[in-house]
Amino acid sequence: MAAIAMLKRCLLRNRHPFSALSPSPSSSPFPPIRGSLSRFVSLLFRVPMSSGIRLVLILYPAEHEGGLVKQSSLSAIAAAAVVKKEKSVTVLLGGSGLALRKAASHAASCHPSVSQVLVADADILVHPLAETWAELVNLVQHQGNYSHIITTSNSFGKNVLPRAAALLDVSPVTDVVEIAEPHLFIRPIYAGNALCTVRYAGKGPCLMTIRSTSFTLPSCSTETKSDEAPISQVDLSSFDVGSIPKSRWLKLVSQESERPDLGNASIVVTGGRGLKSAENFKLLEKLAEKLGAAVGATRAAVDAGFVPNDLQVGQTGKIVAPELYMAFGVSGAIQHLAGMRDSKVIVAINKDADAPIFQVADYGLVADLFEVIPELIEKLPDKK
Amino acid sequence: MRKRGREEERERSEAKTGHQLVRARSGSEMKVMVAVKRVVDYAVKIRVKPDKSGVETSNVKMSMNPFCEIALEEALRIREAGAAAEVVAVSVGPAQCVDTLRTALAMGADRAVHVDAGAAPVLPLSVAKILKALVQVEQPGLLILGKQAIDDDCNQTGQMIAGLLRWPQGTFASKVVLDKEKQVATVEREVDGGIETLSLDLPAVITTDLRLNQPRYATLPNIMKAKSKVIKKVTPAELNVELKPDLEVVQVTEPPKRKAGVIVSSVDELIHKLKNEARIL
Repeated sequence: MAAIAMLKRCLLRNRHPFSALSPSPSSSPFPPIRGSLSRFVSLLFRVPMSSGIRLVLILYPAEHEGGLVKQSSLSAIAAAAVVKKEKSVTVLLGGSGLALRKAASHAASCHPSVSQVLVADADILVHPLAETWAELVNLVQHQGNYSHIITTSNSFGKNVLPRAAALLDVSPVTDVVEIAEPHLFIRPIYAGNALCTVRYAGKGPCLMTIRSTSFTLPSCSTETKSDEAPISQVDLSSFDVGSIPKSRWLKLVSQESERPDLGNASIVVTGGRGLKSAENFKLLEKLAEKLGAAVGATRAAVDAGFVPNDLQVGQTGKIVAPELYMAFGVSGAIQHLAGMRDSKVIVAINKDADAPIFQVADYGLVADLFEVIPELIEKLPDKK
Repeated sequence: MRKRGREEERERSEAKTGHQLVRARSGSEMKVMVAVKRVVDYAVKIRVKPDKSGVETSNVKMSMNPFCEIALEEALRIREAGAAAEVVAVSVGPAQCVDTLRTALAMGADRAVHVDAGAAPVLPLSVAKILKALVQVEQPGLLILGKQAIDDDCNQTGQMIAGLLRWPQGTFASKVVLDKEKQVATVEREVDGGIETLSLDLPAVITTDLRLNQPRYATLPNIMKAKSKVIKKVTPAELNVELKPDLEVVQVTEPPKRKAGVIVSSVDELIHKLKNEARIL
């Protein structure tokens, strides 16, 4: 809550953050771009070298879809806006082709804090391999000397950022939920059962992944074209592909779903072991459809094979913080609570009146979920 | 009956050891190194110290980090499948880490290294540097770690050591297949939105997700046997590693408590409350 309030204050102050900047060709910190990479219109830009805080955000290919940067990634921009009260944010995008170009122009116009978009156009960056991306971050840091490097705390950010931190010889900070000062952060430890305030005291850049549910951004409008930030190419001439340790991307098997993304949904319905079978989970999916909700699961439900693992909510799965979280047949183990305790309203339906889930629930119903779910489906108003 | 059972057990274990020796001689010399961490047991409800300096860890049940157990189990299975000759368990931390290493030896690790770093917590970057130094001594072909420790929840060490060694990394692994001939590991990773498959050239670093395997229990005979296995002790200074404290813990607090909820008696009441009190539906 405090983080959101702080963000709102910053956004108000940040309405026209770069009115003071004027393009100056001589002070561009990047060397000229090689011919093969100059497909983009490279605008002249200047970044205030004197100011203490410079940020870079990392977004990887899968974080932009259909030419638009995903909402969960934009939360990293919201976090950056908290760190940096008045100055500008650099967004780094990697990949290749038309999709990258579209995403770059979306990133350039989506938030007043964005002052520059860096584009790394290379085929080896199409897949989110940690080896190449960590090298890219290392390269961009040496070219731009940023004070902060931020990613969303998703499977990409957690995979790449610590590796980049090791290359830069600094300690990264995982899963930041609040930025109190530019070098003072709050992050959960022990499955969210304690909050740890840490101060980054290192000399190098401050690398962190942020929890997207803690930094929300008002939806990204593309109308304010006048605010569009310049797009530039990363100089990849010193990017030595041969020296990068060998890993090859083979495939991604994903679950297609028409329901909202679990991480961003405003309503989440979750099933635990109490659902007893994959068949019964279909019942829960029906309820989710009615509510326009995403479906989540506990570890027990995933291990029993009721649903795929990417639906797991908890310390080791996804962290969610929807408006409404409905838990059906979930006992409420420490590890599960870690992933949903920041939900605005928690509803628990369980036969066992002593289940720990009732200790965090705003509304509890001690009943058989096989009777409750059909009744809910029948009585709930249509969301659509 | 009991005696006979024990004899059988001994015969079996001797056969196994002999088998391993043959294997080691026949060219499969690869070593697997596994890093294990001693943490507050996952089932313990932790308490924040009143002076906000940290979490109470004295007189609290400590165990091997669950993800480290999975890492060790995977290493043991790789050895049992004949793809590796030796499994070395490593732990960085205070003197009590020896207990965790004994557990690792009882599960089946061949020997252990304890890096005595004193009582203060060591940051993942320093652990990664210590492991790098040990890798240079031991020369393993594969390094397996858990994806995160359940106390600091950092999820960093494996990625950092891969970066320092400039080895490829397969994080959040739910399946690992080794190809000894080609010196390649195929790793299925649990990522947002599904399962991703990578191919890594060995040597490589792998970090384990929960679904990689089901760790075994240490049997009593193996616990007894573990007592005679070697735990080598070194210090960070002996490895020429300087601990870098560039993150300071300012304070540790309890998360805000949720206000007490209500128990409703029917679905109708629940819908009514959600509509009119919480104003969600």
